[in-house]
Amino acid sequence: QVSAALKEGHVSPTELCQQCLSLIKSTKFINAYITVAEETALKQAEASEERYRRGQPLGVLDGIPIAVKDNFNTAGIETTCASNMLRGYISPYNATVVQKLLDQGAVLLGKTNLDEFAMGSGSTDGVFGPVRNPWSYSRQYKEKTVPKFHSEDKDSNWVITGGSSGGSAAAVSSFTCFAALGSDTGGSTRNPAAHCGVVGLKPTYGLISRHGLIPLVNSMDVPGILTRCVDDTAVVLGSLAGHDPKDSTTIQDSFKPFELPNLTDVSKLSIGIPKEYHAPGLSSEILHLWSKAADLFEKAGAKVVEVSLPHTPYSIVCYHVLCAAEVASNMARFDGLEYGHCSDMNKSTESMYAATRREGFNDVVRGRILSGNYFLLKQNYEKYFTKAQKVRRLIANDFVKVFRSGVDVLLTPTTLSDAAPYVEFIKEDNRTRSAQDDVLTQAANMAGLPAINVPTTLSERGLPVGLQFIGRSFQEQQLLTVAKWFEKQVQFPVIQLEEVKRHDDGVFQDQKSASFS
Amino acid sequence: QKVSVEVLDHLEHLALVDFRDSEGVERLQKAIQFADQLHEVNTDGVEPMDSVLEDRCLYLRADDVTEGNCTKELLENAKEKVEEYFVAPPGNIPLPKLEERETFLQGS
Repeated sequence: QVSAALKEGHVSPTELCQQCLSLIKSTKFINAYITVAEETALKQAEASEERYRRGQPLGVLDGIPIAVKDNFNTAGIETTCASNMLRGYISPYNATVVQKLLDQGAVLLGKTNLDEFAMGSGSTDGVFGPVRNPWSYSRQYKEKTVPKFHSEDKDSNWVITGGSSGGSAAAVSSFTCFAALGSDTGGSTRNPAAHCGVVGLKPTYGLISRHGLIPLVNSMDVPGILTRCVDDTAVVLGSLAGHDPKDSTTIQDSFKPFELPNLTDVSKLSIGIPKEYHAPGLSSEILHLWSKAADLFEKAGAKVVEVSLPHTPYSIVCYHVLCAAEVASNMARFDGLEYGHCSDMNKSTESMYAATRREGFNDVVRGRILSGNYFLLKQNYEKYFTKAQKVRRLIANDFVKVFRSGVDVLLTPTTLSDAAPYVEFIKEDNRTRSAQDDVLTQAANMAGLPAINVPTTLSERGLPVGLQFIGRSFQEQQLLTVAKWFEKQVQFPVIQLEEVKRHDDGVFQDQKSASFS
Repeated sequence: QKVSVEVLDHLEHLALVDFRDSEGVERLQKAIQFADQLHEVNTDGVEPMDSVLEDRCLYLRADDVTEGNCTKELLENAKEKVEEYFVAPPGNIPLPKLEERETFLQGS
């Protein structure tokens, strides 16, 4: 809708950009952004405006404000991964996905906050502080929450965004941008999408280039897309997917961008309900919602079957080992010599490296590096690393078997419950939390399958809850078509943000409720 | 079984990252305990999986130089440099042993 508005001149790219920038300023307490690239954004908006004036927009994304998670390299803009290790690091290049968006005329507003190096499931462990879920400030949440102490700072029961792409999810959810890039290694795009009530897509591994995405686990990382509706995700996917010679893990098949049909007949669809996703700790609210969704499909004529993915309970353990191992390797590049933080200790190369790394990394990162090194020791390699790789194959095969049996798409919950209050979340350490929260999303990364979170309804506490669809490899079109149908059925409510100074601009009101496609 | 001090020392040398305190060591112990659950799974006859794209051929491009000459940009982010070199402190001085290390790094 906004794209059409830009085309017809109802609003100009610079106006749009300025409104988003001022909204970012007035929602600073959410802490979604680490860096706001005001000057460059306005320049990009002006260039876009010029193109619209000449009647030559680059495409649907021309002039659309977007945000990018701070673990993607952005030329000339600081890229920190929310870590002291990369504070002050100005990327010399654009990640491929960033370049593709800029080539389409998108306006890059800034870099969003995350857990340090994308390790975490709350967006609470970065050096720039935690991200607050915009829904904490919504009328819907406030109506359902009884403040504990009346004299207490009313800020104390704000909830987390989920992670690790919490900043991106919060930015999209609070209307400061129309789409955002996240990354997904264990659920890092879908988890915050569910908690913030936005659409979060994890594409098939190999579809979108990882060149420029600072790697966490090379065999599982993918760039993720966060938007307010499924159609928008399809548009962004269309501009990002495809082979990249700079990323050898992208497939060579040609990719054709698609528009999503408005599905009306689901009778040919087979929806699988994996019983192992009824995981320990799943809230009864979400269980009920999941069941209602299955009924919805059945009543509409689809074939809904229970299936089994027996190795699901082991995906977290498997991830724990493989992730730590790959992290130990990927973090080795941070030695302070070529970029990033460098310690003043200079008695010897090794001591400089050691001091730089002890100063630059937080406990979570260091912990994973050490565990990873442990699992990779000669005496442990077979026992842990190779073993985990074998378990990985079993997990991937579970999915192959299920899809081969005729199931088109799997329907599962995305998270165990709605967003937790920050004060509750931090009572447990990062690893425990990740192990709990990633259990429903991680297996899709193991198998490299596409998965999407669709915001479904509000919980009893007034917070968003989403459901997840997992599809076959490279069948994003089918996955998104089903997701779009479901989105239409559930009619997820718009967030009613209270503490934001609203612009009583008619156009802005239109944009608020929707999409740019 | 608890991890021995030799292994802890070895890990710190390999990782060039320190445990910092007993909490760090505890974290490792818990991580190992957690990972031990893997042994409940029967993986007889299963091949390890390196990549989900294992059935595909890797893309190889022609061996032609297509980019480069960006020395200036690459050097920009480094703290210590001389002409076109990254400068490191003197090498080949191994980190002191665990016993000596407590005091050593405190000087940083």
